[in-house]
Amino acid sequence: MNLFVITLMILLGGSLLVLLTRNSSLATRMGTLTTLLATTLSGYLALHVLISGQSLAISLPWTVPGGEFNLLLDPLAAFFVLPISVLSLLCALYAGPYMADEGRTRYLSGHWFFFNLMVLAMLLVVTAANAVLFLAAWECMTITSFFLVAWNHQQEEVRKAAWLYMLAAHLGMMLLLALFVYSGSYSHSFNFSDFGALQQLSPASASLLYLLALFGFGVKAGLFPVHIWLPDAHPVAPSHVSALMSGVLIKTGIYGILRVLSFLPTAPAWWGWLLALLGAAGALYGISLAAQQRDIKRCLAYSTVENIGIILLGLGFGMVATAEGYPQIALLAYAGGLLHLWNHALFKGVMFLGAGAVMHATGTRDMNLMGGLLRRMPIAGLFWIGGSLAIGALPPFNGFISEWLIYISLVDAGTLLNGLNALLPLLLFGLLGIVGALALVTFSRLIGISLLGQPRSTVAEQAHEAAPLMLVSMGLLLACCLFIGLYPQGVLSLLILPLGQIAGQMVGDELTTALTPLGHGGVLLLLTVGLLSGGLLLLRRQRPEQQGATWGCGFQFPSPRIAYTGEGYSEMAFRHLLPKFMRPVVTGGKVAGLFPAPISLAQHSTDPVLYQILTPLFTAIATRCQRLRWLQQGRLPIYLLYILIASTVLMVWSLWAGSRGG
Amino acid sequence: MLANLVLHLFILLLFAPLLLGIITKTKAWFAGRVGAPLLQTYYDLNRLWRKGFVFSRTTTWVFLLGPVVGLAVPLLAALMIPFGALPAPVSFEGDLILFVYLFGLSRFFTAAAALDTGSSFEGMGAAREVTFSCLAEPTLLFVLLVLARLSGGLSMNTLLGEHLLASWRSEAGASLTLILVCLFVVLLLECSRIPFDDPTTHLELTMIHEVMVLDHSGPAFGMILYGAALKMMVLGALLVRLAIPWDTGWWLTNSLIFLAGLSVLAVLIGVIESAMARLKLPRVPQVLVGTSLLSIFALVLVLR
Repeated sequence: MNLFVITLMILLGGSLLVLLTRNSSLATRMGTLTTLLATTLSGYLALHVLISGQSLAISLPWTVPGGEFNLLLDPLAAFFVLPISVLSLLCALYAGPYMADEGRTRYLSGHWFFFNLMVLAMLLVVTAANAVLFLAAWECMTITSFFLVAWNHQQEEVRKAAWLYMLAAHLGMMLLLALFVYSGSYSHSFNFSDFGALQQLSPASASLLYLLALFGFGVKAGLFPVHIWLPDAHPVAPSHVSALMSGVLIKTGIYGILRVLSFLPTAPAWWGWLLALLGAAGALYGISLAAQQRDIKRCLAYSTVENIGIILLGLGFGMVATAEGYPQIALLAYAGGLLHLWNHALFKGVMFLGAGAVMHATGTRDMNLMGGLLRRMPIAGLFWIGGSLAIGALPPFNGFISEWLIYISLVDAGTLLNGLNALLPLLLFGLLGIVGALALVTFSRLIGISLLGQPRSTVAEQAHEAAPLMLVSMGLLLACCLFIGLYPQGVLSLLILPLGQIAGQMVGDELTTALTPLGHGGVLLLLTVGLLSGGLLLLRRQRPEQQGATWGCGFQFPSPRIAYTGEGYSEMAFRHLLPKFMRPVVTGGKVAGLFPAPISLAQHSTDPVLYQILTPLFTAIATRCQRLRWLQQGRLPIYLLYILIASTVLMVWSLWAGSRGG
Repeated sequence: MLANLVLHLFILLLFAPLLLGIITKTKAWFAGRVGAPLLQTYYDLNRLWRKGFVFSRTTTWVFLLGPVVGLAVPLLAALMIPFGALPAPVSFEGDLILFVYLFGLSRFFTAAAALDTGSSFEGMGAAREVTFSCLAEPTLLFVLLVLARLSGGLSMNTLLGEHLLASWRSEAGASLTLILVCLFVVLLLECSRIPFDDPTTHLELTMIHEVMVLDHSGPAFGMILYGAALKMMVLGALLVRLAIPWDTGWWLTNSLIFLAGLSVLAVLIGVIESAMARLKLPRVPQVLVGTSLLSIFALVLVLR
């Protein structure tokens, strides 16, 4: 029996077995063990494929019309299986202590059932080689993640967010159904191996399929402007689920886009431009909104929109460069996009797990109630700061490497091309720079307000360090981030096969040589900072030292209430940088009279796309649809009549079509 | 190679604090005072080095990392930038992005160290610093893009290489003039000089950079002061190389020309500080958006 099938069996068996127990700690142990075994195996297999390049094809008996249980673990699939395995494993380790308190009052069997099924579904999605199997796994992934998002369903906010997720996912699913039904009927088979027939599609229908894939998968991936479910669903899910969803689940959307592109005829340049421009817009939109959130997990969710935007910018620009005939530039852009995909899985994992540790310690997601946490949770705080550096694309961490690749591809195009063609990549370059600067605002704010300074509430004062296992998961993820930052050429060698598959060309070692000095630069930076801090610490020992209160500029009664808040920190940025519709809504704060009464001021940031465009649109559609209410008479004979009419029409149509087509 | 590195570090470490002295002297001369001695910054550094530490009870290790990164970053960035006609000791394709992001790293830690004290004033300074950098970043990037386009390379050494002389004489001269202006504005902002920030102001509410370092003391504050001087030299080196692109062929004259150029730059800053008032805070973003547009215009000119 094949190892990959064993992995799937372990996950399936483990998730069913865990339902048998009502003991929460036993369920946790069984669930973790299941994930551990399965993901170690799948991770090993993925590594094997990435290194050796030998794809793994599996076929199992399955009796579903049109469906065949074909799995294919090629380099592209392995590229996604590896982060899924790593992150699932660490999230499962983290979940034990994270859920332990909850386990005393409710059964955790359900959680572990859905968790392992979700891992199974993700693995199936990226390896399925049959459209029916793919859609089944896709749906299974949506449903299991829905139940995990809705884990704390007692709260109204959670139910709403989960509902929005379900709706958005299914709207996307409809597009995917159309896509695969059309492709299947065109190539007379639902097997991906037969989809080669799609190469003969006319440009118009190929573009239609591309758009279907872009938006159908884009909904899941958090593509701007269909990202709307993401900022609501990530904050309310348990933190390790948010980490897993943000880190790898939404990436299956990108996998879908890449896989469909591999079936379609050679992409014209505008497909790439569309993807790159949507990506750049999403990056700017996501990071601007992330800078305004006071909910730490909502902030991270918007940063996911940003990072997906950067990934899509890289991939889209790679498509453009391929179409325009610049394979070298395409390689850089694709490499940047792919590496950023891995990087995002790693550092977003650290950030969400860290946010979970902070929430676990304080019981709140509001950064204005935190402060001073670094003293109370030194290790988790350290990891969170490291993660912030990585996600802010600062050297010597991994985010910088992937963004560097994208930057270089853009500037290369800008120097090679001429006239107006060169301007667009160069403007995107500048845009990416603004995104980077805004990421700096966002993440210096995130750690500055929540971890540093004085505690702003009693919950922050009484915070405690995270459990050892939680720290281990975060530490391992951060170590991977640093490793990629210091030794990018080694990690790139794992990317060569999927990169070649996507770019459609052989990849030499020019990328590896290009990245080597960056890694050296990171090591040099780390050494310099280490030496200087060592010197300073040594000096500190020798010199007299006094402790005192923070200098209050003459004010004698400092209190955490006068410290800068999250809103205060980013106010200037969004006042001067953002258009009006993206700014938060400010209520109150007007002082009146000579002896004013106490007043309050509140800021509230909502998603402009959801509340200013989509909600009014759907409300308008719903209002129009009310006119059709007369169809619903609520009487049985009427409905029987409908059925009769429908079947008559169908019969006539099939007879007519039969007589025409023969 | 090694000699080059030693010379580079020698010039950087020895002469950087002098720039601050020249600025102060120029300002004093404009005001009709004698002013502090030229070497005052060295005296200050020496005094701070011998002092003890005072720490706020709120602070953690992040507070100490602020000065450390603030010194390490300009030190490393200086290695990637040519000093006049002296080539940079460290150079590789694409180091311009590392150059920009290194300063992002130091900004992150300066802001984090400021927030670590829990002081509202320092929070204010941090918020201003990161916001203004968002606006200055595009200008700096577009300036580097103009140079990349003109030189056809992606390392600081090529960007500021021998092609500059020919470029000045060609049609690209107009673009180079524009980016010279843009770079000067970025330098004034990044080094917190008037009209963006006043290093000698007495009111914490109006400061940007100085307010973030209120709580540092002793050698740590010395590191900040030294780091600021190095940063001015590194950014100044960009400008000086652009404005004086000649190579005499002998390292001694090259270094002297470079230092003379830097001194002229420092005098220029001093003159501006004496002749101008600070901008109102809301005006700062408008100026920066203006320079961004100017730099895009310069870019469009070289794309033709």
